[in-house]
Amino acid sequence: MSEEYFAMRDIVKTYHVGGEDQMVLKHVNLFIEEGEFLSILGPSGSGKSTMMNIIGCLDVPTSGEYVLKGRHIGELDQHELAQIRCHEIGFIFQQFQLLPRLDAMKNVELPLIYAGVPRRERAERAEQMLVRVGLSERLHHFPNQLSGGQQQRVAIARALATDPTILLADEPTGALDQTTGRQVVELFHDLNDEGRTVIMITHDLKIARQAKRIVNILDGVLSEGVSEYD
Amino acid sequence: MIKSRLSMFRESVSMSLSNVAHNKMRSFLTILGIIIGVAAIIALITTVSGVTGEITSQFAAMGTGKFTVTVQGTALKPGLTETDVRKIEALENVDGVSVKLSSSAVAKFGSSWSEEVTLEGRNTAYFRRNDDLLARGRTLNRLDEEQHSFVCLISHDLQEKLFYGVDPLGKKLAVNGHSFTVIGILKESSGADVMSQALGGSGDETVIVPYTTAMRLVGSAYIRSLEVYVRDTDGTDDLIERTEEVLDAAFNGHDDTYTLINMSSLLDTMDTILGMMTTMLAGIASISLLVGGIGIMNMMLVSVTERTTEIGLRKALGAEPGQIQTQFLIEAFILSILGGILGIILGLLLSALLSSLIGTAFTLNGSAILLGVGFSAGVGIVFGWAPARKASRLNPIDALRAM
Repeated sequence: MSEEYFAMRDIVKTYHVGGEDQMVLKHVNLFIEEGEFLSILGPSGSGKSTMMNIIGCLDVPTSGEYVLKGRHIGELDQHELAQIRCHEIGFIFQQFQLLPRLDAMKNVELPLIYAGVPRRERAERAEQMLVRVGLSERLHHFPNQLSGGQQQRVAIARALATDPTILLADEPTGALDQTTGRQVVELFHDLNDEGRTVIMITHDLKIARQAKRIVNILDGVLSEGVSEYD
Repeated sequence: MIKSRLSMFRESVSMSLSNVAHNKMRSFLTILGIIIGVAAIIALITTVSGVTGEITSQFAAMGTGKFTVTVQGTALKPGLTETDVRKIEALENVDGVSVKLSSSAVAKFGSSWSEEVTLEGRNTAYFRRNDDLLARGRTLNRLDEEQHSFVCLISHDLQEKLFYGVDPLGKKLAVNGHSFTVIGILKESSGADVMSQALGGSGDETVIVPYTTAMRLVGSAYIRSLEVYVRDTDGTDDLIERTEEVLDAAFNGHDDTYTLINMSSLLDTMDTILGMMTTMLAGIASISLLVGGIGIMNMMLVSVTERTTEIGLRKALGAEPGQIQTQFLIEAFILSILGGILGIILGLLLSALLSSLIGTAFTLNGSAILLGVGFSAGVGIVFGWAPARKASRLNPIDALRAM
């Protein structure tokens, strides 16, 4: 094995709140293989959002080592972090986070702009992605013309646009009803079957169980399985 | 890399335009300050430069290669004698000295008369220098001067008044009871001469006679007003100094015996004053640009706060801080340039209106437009910088949490 795919060793994240340090992540170790479908399960306040930020390279750990595709994230500058977020990680948020004044196509094109993809190719890829998530009929609809499930599909298409290695989803079904939520998870399964690594962060055990592997986070401590939860 | 920068730039511009268009009312109110500021500056500069041009051309029309001397004299010697004038005439670089005596007179021809006539005594130098005064006939010559001839030139207005339907040339005109032969008629004075009249030109109803004759008629041996023509204008200051020496000697060095007005130095002073006024007024107008800039800064700060999640999202999707900063800077820039363009249009309309009211020619002042554009662009960049920087420094996590 030439390079490590995903490794977190002894990750500590401390926030400075109200004059005192608060340790949100307590010596977390996590190893993921390429192509895994993983759920990070934890109640609110457990530190799972911080986990997401660090996995997604939106934030860097206070101490510890995080290696993604052989690169030591802690040693990267702002520019390099932006590049990693752009090319290696596809974000999916609970509130979809689509820009209301752009149609589905333009929303999906957004990360491609930052990736420096030429205009024509951007449109081609955006259309492909929207077709892939089953929205071929909705290419030029604006977010407020789409249902919640459709909006989340647009967001997934956007996450897929730069062909990232990891799909990182933060409570992807949190704002959806059960049926559409299940459809979204099924879509994740399909994408995982294609070989993509999927990391889903949720507080919902039912959703978490859809993944092939579950890790549990409680009070900043990460453990394999669902042992201490429920 | 360059291509992706360009495409980033284009996206930022279209994004900014859509934001401006989406908040029409707010954007308009924000840029109102810029509009007013730029319009004020453009209107001021254009109008003042129009007025300046008008004044300058009027002064230039009176000729700058000369200076005038008005004599108050002393109690014993209320003016210059002919000898004094000859001394000035003899100075180096003098192209002639024109003297002027004036008094009011009554002129009569046949049964018509006028009591509001200005009688002016002039010499040949005056006509040599001002060779475009004559409409018909001839001007004064040396012989008229030496022989104290009773010949006269009359103004256009006086001709109209006294010689209705009669050719005045060769006719006898009675001035204060003395009979003068009319030898010439002056052209109608143009409106631009109002200023030159005030500074020693001829009035409406005027009779011009040889100054020697006028001195006899008035019963004075003194000359109180003269114009000195300069041959080489570079030596004007030097000539003025030597003229002052002559004048001082003529009045034994008494104070306040004469006033010497130099046209070109008057013009310089005028230019300086108008320039200062322009600068001052433009300075006051630019205060409103400052206020407009603060308005833009305020709107951009609000915009950054409103779009915190958008900024966070863009960062999550791979935007670098620099790109976020550029986008907000472009937005501020577009706002202020928009204000600048509207301000220029408004300013030009305003100055066209003003110049038609004042009666000066409306000229498109390129530098004023450049100034307006430059100013508004500068304001956009300066006042957009802080909000743009704030946006670029937002922590993406906090940004996305602000849901």
